[in-house]
Amino acid sequence: MDNLKPHFKPGGKLAKLESVYDGMESFLFTPNATSASGVHIHDGNDLKRTMITVIVALLPCLLFGMYNIGLQHFLAIGQPDAGVVSMFIFGLLALLPVIVVSYGVGLGIEFISAQIHHKEIQEGFLVTGLLIPLIVPINTPLWMTAVATAFAVIFAKEVFGGTGMNIFNVALITRAVLFFSYPSKMSGDAAFVKTDSAFGFGGGQMIDAYTGATPLGQVATNVGDTLTMTGVDGSQLSLCDAFWGTIAGSPGETSVACILIGAIILLVTGVASWRVMLSVFAGGLAMGALAHALPSATYPASMLDPLAHLCYGGFAFAAVFMATDPVTGARTHTGQFIYGFLIGVIAVLIRVYNSGYPEGAMLAILLMNAFAPLIDHCVVSFNIKRRLNRAKAK
Amino acid sequence: MATIKLHKGFDLKLKGSVATDAPLQDRVDSKMCAIIPDDFHGVTPRLDVKEGATVKAGDPLYHDKEYPAVRVTSPVSGTVKEIKRGERRKIESIVIECDGEDKHHELDLKAPVLDTLLESGLWVMMRQRPYDVVPVPGIRPRDIFVTAFDSAPLAPSLIMVAEKQLSYAGKGVEVLSKLTDGAVHVCFAPGQEMELKGAQCHTVHGPHPAGNAGIQAANIAPVNKGDVVWTLDLVTLCRIGEAFSTGKVSYTTRVAVTGQSVEHPQVVEATMGCGLADLLNGNIVPNEGGNRIINGNVLTGTKAEENGWLRAPYRHITVIPEISKKDEFMGWASLNPNRYSIYRLFTTWLAGKRHKECDMDARIKGGERAIVCLDEYDKMLPMDIYAEFLIKAIISFDIDKMEQLGIYEVAPEDFALAEYADTSKIELQRIVREGLDRMRAEMS
Repeated sequence: MDNLKPHFKPGGKLAKLESVYDGMESFLFTPNATSASGVHIHDGNDLKRTMITVIVALLPCLLFGMYNIGLQHFLAIGQPDAGVVSMFIFGLLALLPVIVVSYGVGLGIEFISAQIHHKEIQEGFLVTGLLIPLIVPINTPLWMTAVATAFAVIFAKEVFGGTGMNIFNVALITRAVLFFSYPSKMSGDAAFVKTDSAFGFGGGQMIDAYTGATPLGQVATNVGDTLTMTGVDGSQLSLCDAFWGTIAGSPGETSVACILIGAIILLVTGVASWRVMLSVFAGGLAMGALAHALPSATYPASMLDPLAHLCYGGFAFAAVFMATDPVTGARTHTGQFIYGFLIGVIAVLIRVYNSGYPEGAMLAILLMNAFAPLIDHCVVSFNIKRRLNRAKAK
Repeated sequence: MATIKLHKGFDLKLKGSVATDAPLQDRVDSKMCAIIPDDFHGVTPRLDVKEGATVKAGDPLYHDKEYPAVRVTSPVSGTVKEIKRGERRKIESIVIECDGEDKHHELDLKAPVLDTLLESGLWVMMRQRPYDVVPVPGIRPRDIFVTAFDSAPLAPSLIMVAEKQLSYAGKGVEVLSKLTDGAVHVCFAPGQEMELKGAQCHTVHGPHPAGNAGIQAANIAPVNKGDVVWTLDLVTLCRIGEAFSTGKVSYTTRVAVTGQSVEHPQVVEATMGCGLADLLNGNIVPNEGGNRIINGNVLTGTKAEENGWLRAPYRHITVIPEISKKDEFMGWASLNPNRYSIYRLFTTWLAGKRHKECDMDARIKGGERAIVCLDEYDKMLPMDIYAEFLIKAIISFDIDKMEQLGIYEVAPEDFALAEYADTSKIELQRIVREGLDRMRAEMS
């Protein structure tokens, strides 16, 4: 690696790739740089480690997501006993291109941006790049994912100054861009179950009872006083299915069990704020209970019981991996409670009372991202007021 | 005696501490001693001596440009050997060749207390908040805070350093209480409490930075806008007491020579400003990646050369490896339980080694980033301050915000632990120092 170094330094023939080289070098080897001023020792932790811990926390969701893509597909083509291995392989083949596109487009833009600004490549996209495949419906055409990722990385992140400077969660912006630009591809029957074969693997005809809508999608269009939710093969769904995740939905969001494993990893390592996580769930439960207390056939989702709100759709995934993004969330302790609680409330509010959107977690977080600085401002102003009063009191 | 319990902070346990039963080493007699003007932040030097001049211990070497009564004195009697200047003729050090005699400047004990304290040169050992500078004479402090322990990694016990002069602590309190209308607060570590007449004594429980006088002040009576408080340590308090009792300032100190790269960690008796080579005397374990000699502790100390000088507060030397592991392969993915971190992201935590003794070299172990992780600064700063918001206000130099968020209460040393723990590797102490300096220039 050291032999290659001169080529990448100013004057070398590959000087245009200096940032890429530096990025790779600091990726492979811990920099030997020692502190010139300030403290003489530094903690072993750095942002790379923090980011990789989030990735590890995402792995259960990723692996289960792959299996579930296969499961839903084989259910839809009427081969429910295709076997776990083929289901996983199908899911792997279906999801891998999305992961490659997400990382390829996002990291490509990051590399170019870093080189333009002559900065070190930062690792923020490591997590975003994996979140995107997990929250984008599996049937989304790859070019749409690429366009949306590019838009989000450039306009939601790089224009604000890169990692740590963005106002909105980049992965959610990607999802929002897709959602609002290509609404027909993003909801209803077509989006959440991979109906084609993956690289020629697992092709087949849809069964007659097939419905590709997510449970929440079905709830939103429910008619009458009783809720019926069915799986892709027309069978009845229970809360248990939603907890384990064998339902239709975006790859990462279906299994509450896997999300909980991720949550435990994030909380034990201290990467994510327990205050945010807890209060998102509390907010969701509170609003869910309120809506459930006043059920109405006009708003079918109000008939869902509060616990079901947490298990269906992207609520749990959003609470654990999206709301806890430290950069775009509230940074004061009190602020985190308010921020999280309002996310929970608004997510369920949108689900229940806005029939246009069966899922509200994404919009709730993006909205609260915008309000996070305001919440912090209010919390900090109490500290300021306390200080002023102290000065006056003497 | 009030008790203060602090929960924020962390006690880093580095290798190379002095064993509690280690015998005190014989006094090191240096041929040369030096004073480094950078140690006395806020004093703009105007020289009182020229190269070749003869000085007694306690004679002024230089005084402040604005307040001439503020003076820095010679720790030994001898001849001014060299006045070393750096860029723009800034005085880097004043080196004095010792003559081995015991000639002392006699203090005028009949003069007003303030004048005698200024004359003694011990004035510059104190710090003032706001701005963390040598106190400005003429401003009566609201309170005076004395810390009786140093909680920094590997730091020596102040009671041990001041052992010989400990009986003068009461006199020191008596002197200082004449200079303030408020109280003289003295904060002890648990189990080290002393009775001091005239002082308000406190016991402070908790991890580093509990021993910082500024942290103690923030938890006893915070500094408000318009307030001035002084901070000092027990050793200086005892020296003041001794000077006012005997008319002579003692320049003898005890220095803890500590750190992983020190062969025999020990406490040595020496003169303030003596040569580091005499103190270390080959007591260093050679290291392939080099060693770093630090004047003071690993958090707030300054990097020194082997032929450098002992710097204020004249009681601690730490030597650690510069690079203990060159080109560490994918260190960020390390599962090695010996890669030390105070966070639960490494196997150090699973192996239960977070609170055990650890090796630590001078590598930064990561690149500088924007502030991303939550709470890291707040967890290391036991003050009622939103540290991250204050740092951001300082970076953008928003004077109103800085004031509102409590810039007057802090000193760079209070942020040292947060700088260690920072995932984004930002130089917090430098940011706070520059913020305080700019603020001071703006306000005067």
